[in-house]
Amino acid sequence: MYVEWRWEWSFEILPQMLWATLNTFLAAGVGYAIAAIVGILFMLGQRTSYKIINIPTREIVEFIRSTPLLVQLFFVYFVAPQFGLTLSAWVCAMITIGLHYGTYLSEVYRGALEGVPKTQWEACRALNFSTSYNYRKIILPQAFPIAIPGMGNYLVGIFKDTPLLATIGVAELFFTANSIGAYTYRYLEPYTMVGVIFLVISLPTAFGIRRLEAAVNKAQGKVNV
Amino acid sequence: MNFFTFIIEYGPKFTSAAIVTAQVFCYSVILAVFISMVFGIMRLSKNFFIQAIATIYIEFYRGTSLIIQMFWIYYVLPLFGLPLPALLAGVLALGMNFGAYGAEVFRAGILAVPKGQWEGATALNFSKIKRMQRIIIPQIYPIILPPAANLAVELLKGTALVSLITLVDLMFVAKQINMMTWFSAQSFGLALIIYFIMARFILVPFLRWLEVLAARKVGRGKV
Repeated sequence: MYVEWRWEWSFEILPQMLWATLNTFLAAGVGYAIAAIVGILFMLGQRTSYKIINIPTREIVEFIRSTPLLVQLFFVYFVAPQFGLTLSAWVCAMITIGLHYGTYLSEVYRGALEGVPKTQWEACRALNFSTSYNYRKIILPQAFPIAIPGMGNYLVGIFKDTPLLATIGVAELFFTANSIGAYTYRYLEPYTMVGVIFLVISLPTAFGIRRLEAAVNKAQGKVNV
Repeated sequence: MNFFTFIIEYGPKFTSAAIVTAQVFCYSVILAVFISMVFGIMRLSKNFFIQAIATIYIEFYRGTSLIIQMFWIYYVLPLFGLPLPALLAGVLALGMNFGAYGAEVFRAGILAVPKGQWEGATALNFSKIKRMQRIIIPQIYPIILPPAANLAVELLKGTALVSLITLVDLMFVAKQINMMTWFSAQSFGLALIIYFIMARFILVPFLRWLEVLAARKVGRGKV
């Protein structure tokens, strides 16, 4: 049994696939925006000195980090309606991706804050800066460059995890490929094209992030890291 | 239905499914470790072609999603006359994908071995293979085990995807019981808890123990 690649047909379905790619971008972008904010909340929750807050937060973060995104998606999608919350597939997907990657980003933020040398904090204390001034002017400008590579990697990570959303019916690229395949019984072209589209987008992004990382390291005076 | 009666009624099903997940995980880890060693060393080769092959492999697998690779192997390869059973397809996809990530870890580990060790081995007239095998490789374990532990947890999470290619693992059973009974909170909740226990209380402690062991072997740990 041998199936040959049909070029004219692949060009026929190409526009449909590209439109669906826009949905993938939308899912990744919105998911990332939510994750970035949720990550700040988780990070703050872990850094407070109140034990009542930081111990549960840490456990929740651990739990979300060590369970599969796929199961979490189904959990939110099927359990939320039982509590009277009927959410669309899109909303469920965005909540789950936001929570899941929020935990990862909180670790990135935490690492970045801890990456700022301790003497900087001590100097702020010695100069009698207020806490908000300290964060705004001294700590965050130094922590942000450290966080850039990690944040970029998770952006690519979210992008590569968006095909999972097809399982609960979010109409993105992989979902479209599946439905084209189910409709025409030809899976070779749609699936291969999905792979190629992902490769074409994620490789330059990853390359760009590596360049950015090198630039950041150089700007911080860490050459050759 | 109460959560405990749910566990009593459907526990056995979940247990056998968890065993399937564990099996997939073990096979994939073996394949991934093998691939990451081979490609990690190939990546460091001075030969342009060997290095190019490894780089292409790694970038390809890291650039596309695991789920797409798995579907491609399971649904598209049969069209070329190569039908694979679901278990083999799942293990291949997982092992090859995480092997690509592991290769980078492995490469970084080799590069992190101090230069003096390489020079010392050369000075003692070790052959290239022997230098790698006896001097360099034994020293990389304490370096690569912490990132490898992260990858192992990611791999365990990745095994949930094999449910989509009809393998009866934890996720599959959770979905099935959800469809039959509509006890969604219980079935998916139990699956989540089992994954959490496997990752947090079995896999991670085991890898921490390996880390301590490896550190002690090269004389770096607390004895």
